[in-house]
Amino acid sequence: MELGPIWRALTRNKAGYILIALQIAVTMAIIVNAIAIIQERSRLMARPSGVDEENLFYLANVTFKKDTNIPAMVDEDLANLRAMPGVVDAIFTNSVPLRNGGWSMGLATEPGEGTESSGVAVYFVDEHGIDTFGVKLVAGRNFLPEEVDWNDPESSRWPPTGIITRAMADTLFPDEGDGVVGKTVYINDDNPVQIVGILERLQAPWNGWDGVERSMFVPLKREMSYGRYVIRTEPGQRDRVIPAVEKMLADSNRDRIIKDTRTMTETRIRSYLGDAALVKLLSFIVIVLTVITGLGIVGLASFSVSRRTRQIGTRRALGATRGAILRYFMLENFLISSVGIALGGILAVALNMWMVETFELTRIAWYLIPLAMAMLWIVGQLAVAGPARRASMVPPAVATRAI
Amino acid sequence: MFRYYLKLGLLGIRQNPILSGLMVAAIAIGIGACMTMVTIHYVMSGDPIPQKSDQLFYVQLDSWSPTEPADEPNEPPDQVTYLDATALLKAGNARRQVVSYRSGRVIEPAGQESRPFEIDARSTTSDFFAMFSVPFLYGSGWDASADANREQVVVLDRATNERLFGGENSVGERIVMNGDSYRVTGVLDEWLPIPKFYDLTTGEFNDPESVYFPFSVSIDKEIPGHGNTNCWKPVPDGGWQSFLNSECVWMQFWVELHGDEEVREYQAFLDAYAESQKALGRFQRPLNNRLSDVMTHLENGEVVDQSVRILLVLAVLFLVVCLLNTIGLLLAKVMRRSGDICLRRALGAPRAAVFSQYIVEAGVIGLCGGALGVLLTWLGLQGVRGLYSDLEFVKNLAQLDWVMVLTAVVLAILSALGAALYPTWQACRIHPASQLKTL
Repeated sequence: MELGPIWRALTRNKAGYILIALQIAVTMAIIVNAIAIIQERSRLMARPSGVDEENLFYLANVTFKKDTNIPAMVDEDLANLRAMPGVVDAIFTNSVPLRNGGWSMGLATEPGEGTESSGVAVYFVDEHGIDTFGVKLVAGRNFLPEEVDWNDPESSRWPPTGIITRAMADTLFPDEGDGVVGKTVYINDDNPVQIVGILERLQAPWNGWDGVERSMFVPLKREMSYGRYVIRTEPGQRDRVIPAVEKMLADSNRDRIIKDTRTMTETRIRSYLGDAALVKLLSFIVIVLTVITGLGIVGLASFSVSRRTRQIGTRRALGATRGAILRYFMLENFLISSVGIALGGILAVALNMWMVETFELTRIAWYLIPLAMAMLWIVGQLAVAGPARRASMVPPAVATRAI
Repeated sequence: MFRYYLKLGLLGIRQNPILSGLMVAAIAIGIGACMTMVTIHYVMSGDPIPQKSDQLFYVQLDSWSPTEPADEPNEPPDQVTYLDATALLKAGNARRQVVSYRSGRVIEPAGQESRPFEIDARSTTSDFFAMFSVPFLYGSGWDASADANREQVVVLDRATNERLFGGENSVGERIVMNGDSYRVTGVLDEWLPIPKFYDLTTGEFNDPESVYFPFSVSIDKEIPGHGNTNCWKPVPDGGWQSFLNSECVWMQFWVELHGDEEVREYQAFLDAYAESQKALGRFQRPLNNRLSDVMTHLENGEVVDQSVRILLVLAVLFLVVCLLNTIGLLLAKVMRRSGDICLRRALGAPRAAVFSQYIVEAGVIGLCGGALGVLLTWLGLQGVRGLYSDLEFVKNLAQLDWVMVLTAVVLAILSALGAALYPTWQACRIHPASQLKTL
């Protein structure tokens, strides 16, 4: 192999090669960390909310007249909504998953003040809650119609039954599985709630919360002047049903405002907008950076070829084949890239350690480093291929010519 | 001499259009990426009220549970209770004090054909407008007697006045909100503090509320807050009144204080107040009351998003790569012209002359890169706006101002000159005789 002479030639004229190696190193540090962040955010975005997102939409019902009888209005609306063609079911509630606004409480396994409690997102629903959201009941039973009632504005008592998610059940009673059904937990210090059912999955409204899988259905209809109707439609019927529902609600009672109609699909996009944008920006950075580094290699290689035209001619005149010249420049680039990549591996890990510390990111997966190495090697070889081919075309006669 | 070097520089650039173009592009892309993120970071971390930011203080009282802090490791709650807000307001120990919270109201315009619409409202006290230097188009805020007498008065923002009164001076007119009639005392001019420092709990970059009306009226009418309400203790039965008397935090309290002396006195007053509450069985945690000026409050509230900080770091590194690229290319360029340099030196040009010539050339490249970089920054900001188009407030953040344009150009020239230093120095070191023989 010709590695020896190539390496010695490199060390004779260091500066330019050190620069390109440094550039490759910093590029690699950025790429590895950017890809790690892209992976992390994509993982967050892929989490299912548990509800039938394709066929759900919701809208706000705002009442503003002092004498409006909210229970009568809502009960009438719900009856009308459930009777509409294309509508599977509907409820009046406070929030939906991914909406980033909702109600949370603490659940404790023991009564009393100051006992340790776990946060839980609360959805106020009636016996149509499971059917409307399209969530799966994996143990226990649904609410009975007689368990659901309108709240008394003067009272802060909570209904005596509740349905919680599997994640919430596991948090409260680890290793109990379906045995959690029938157990009693406490809300508001000493208000007992018997768990009657367990849902497979239902996310809380806040996707950034570390307890995002912990939610609870509470059998209560609250007299909210700002409440939401959640409506589930037959598959494929959603976009046809939305205007019909808006018109029906607006026309049936003029003492309220219907606003902020939104599908679950839109809600998901809005909820993860920041993450999606970050993924796109980082992907852009990775691509542009690779291109710039590639162009830098092309530039320097062209320069080094043109500077060594006479040497190449001399080598060719002394019997070196075109392949040998080509191989020389490819190998030279391989050596420079290797130095840069080795340094880049160290830089990437250092940058990641600093980012983990400063931004509470997760560590990079080990395989990203060899992956980025392979990628940069290939980019380097592709970039140098053009100039190297030009070098191999230098005719031997150049050696005899003064420039 | 400078003009001659400039001419030479331009000639040098024209001689190697591809290499020079690559350098300009590298600087431009580096500057563009870096400045896009710097601009967003700069707007997000800006001072929303520079003339007063060191005189306005956000009050936090640790009224939280004896068993755990409101936030780890030992942070007091980010808002105050109704009990404490009204007690501090009544004490009146600061130059100005303001309590406020965000709510929602439905305006019912006169006339049958226009439909009612919902707006964001702020319930606050009379000092709000003077304290936060809110500009008025017509009229003014209400005075303290309106607070005391629970007068139904309202201040509209410019857009709402446009919608209800066609932009006319509406002072003295009446509007109906949720069935009650309010008298307009003033109309705001354009007002968009970024970040919305006076209430970080309802979106740091959201627009200010559309209408403002007295806190006392709002409490009377039992209007709940639209922001966060956090309670560590259950609210007992008894509706609105027992909610007011509860340990739930849901409003913001600001004071205006001039100078360290007043700050110390007010801090002492807060601690004395907490002690007096301890005697009543409240405030069971150790004393932990906070007075934060505007910039400290924004820092505590982590107003600058984490992704923005990550992107800023990566964008700066991005610029480093682009500069390494430029240094490498400049070096190549200089080496290629070592023949010229030797000739000039042999003919008597001092090192300083060679240095000046190549620095000027690098400066020209930097200027071109900077100009293109500003353009790319603008494009980058449009791109960011596009990515976040569903979030209203991003249009306020992704904006170039003259400071940033200037920063971009200066950064580009400095980068180019910095990148040029090493190659130029190499050029100066070339010995006059070394290359002459090959010519």
